[in-house]
Amino acid sequence: MEKKYHSVFDIIGPIMVGPSSSHTAGAVKIGLMARALFQKQPESVDIYLYESFAETYKGHGTDIALVGGLLNLSLADPNLKESLEIATKENLKVNFILEKGIKTLYPNTVKLVLKKADQIMSVVGVSVGGGKALITEINQVNLEISDDLITIVIFHHDKPGMIYQVSKILSEKNINIATMKVRRSFKGSNAMMIIEIDNSDLNDSIALLKAIPFIDEVILINLNQKEQSC
Amino acid sequence: MLNTINDLINLTKEHGDLLEAIFHYELKHNQLTKTEMLEKMTCQLEIMEDSIKKGQKTVLSNSKLTGGAGKQLSDYLKETTTLSGDLITTAMRNAIAVNEVNAAMGIICATPTAGSAGIVPGVLFALDEHFQMTLDQKLRFLFVAGIFGMITANQASISGAEGGCQAEIGSASAMASAAIVDYFSQDVNLAAEAFAMTLKNLLGLVCDPVAGLVEVPCIKRNALGASLAIAMADLALAGVKSVIPADEVIIAMAEIGKDLDIKYKETALGGLARSKTALEIEKQLNYQANRKE
Repeated sequence: MEKKYHSVFDIIGPIMVGPSSSHTAGAVKIGLMARALFQKQPESVDIYLYESFAETYKGHGTDIALVGGLLNLSLADPNLKESLEIATKENLKVNFILEKGIKTLYPNTVKLVLKKADQIMSVVGVSVGGGKALITEINQVNLEISDDLITIVIFHHDKPGMIYQVSKILSEKNINIATMKVRRSFKGSNAMMIIEIDNSDLNDSIALLKAIPFIDEVILINLNQKEQSC
Repeated sequence: MLNTINDLINLTKEHGDLLEAIFHYELKHNQLTKTEMLEKMTCQLEIMEDSIKKGQKTVLSNSKLTGGAGKQLSDYLKETTTLSGDLITTAMRNAIAVNEVNAAMGIICATPTAGSAGIVPGVLFALDEHFQMTLDQKLRFLFVAGIFGMITANQASISGAEGGCQAEIGSASAMASAAIVDYFSQDVNLAAEAFAMTLKNLLGLVCDPVAGLVEVPCIKRNALGASLAIAMADLALAGVKSVIPADEVIIAMAEIGKDLDIKYKETALGGLARSKTALEIEKQLNYQANRKE
């Protein structure tokens, strides 16, 4: 894995509701990113907890934090404490499954299976420490989405010319691509583009990307808006 | 390239000053301007000061296991001549205050983590009380602590679940010690010595939280970290050097973290978390939780 911590502010921060940066703040971020990827509030979520998450999630408020993120609450939101009650009120069913004794690549790993009507998405997130979180899997496809970068995720058909069409629009809109990765599970299956960009001002480029034929979804992940400032 | 403490020392030479080197790094890698950085850091500073103030009153955690030590130490400081001196006792009081607020799910600034969030602010505001620092000096303290922490996080870990308590309390204490020495000397080499000596002293510290809560022993370990950071800063300022260089201490911490049994990595399956009293506490808390449900 590349360097995980990019800035002094990854260390002096985030501003957050206690008690744990990895089990609380990092978990809120995973919830927020999963919700952003699902593009709506799910009706039910199965939450599989591994290693340290599975052993200490209650004491560290990991359950409250993951659900808080799924409800779109920020790291420093005082309502975070009541997230489980809010979920009940908003008809979000949450089911925790403790996968104790199963070894994962990172000690604080969680798999979320989000459902609404006939839509289903599985997202794996890891909390690496100090409030930093990554998404490492969507629908069984390995990838990496970092919480501190602005990322565009595109679900598209596995066809020639897709990258060209996407990069053409981004270049016309003067959006600088920092990194770009394309993922698919097998030849001809649905594919994914993960594009990290420098700009936060995207104007109409998301709508233009959505209009490209054979693109199913265009999702923007930008957690910076959910960070507290004074 | 800023992967090691050695890189940081070289970058400081190149720019003539440690803070200028940090500003240069942030501008280049994160497109943050000086004004943006100072503004954001001022915000973090305010949250820290706020949490120290709050924790000087009794703030009980949900479990009721902790809260009130911040107030006890405040009263003690007013009434008595302390054994470890007012600077260290104030730093310990501040550190405990922040972590009692954290345990009660209050708002804090993670430095580098929530469980170790008392050490850097605790030391900083104790120094401020005794030496009346300017705002610029306080912000510089946080940038210096932060850059040492960033290198540690990338080379080893700042997560108790990955590296044990040494990764959290160890990293935070070493960051604070480096920042103290920078405040008094503006010498990055001396700061690195303080960093190395502090981290060395905390190698092997395990993460064994009672009932899986960020309370026991976490809160008092923030007092340990704050006092050790000041003590090791004194050694460095006296000219004492670490035989093992800072970068090698960081690597040693990473290796120890890898070898540590999972029982000692924030799973509450070993150490203090399995003591007789801890098991009784766990049972009691489960009983209360079940009754509530």
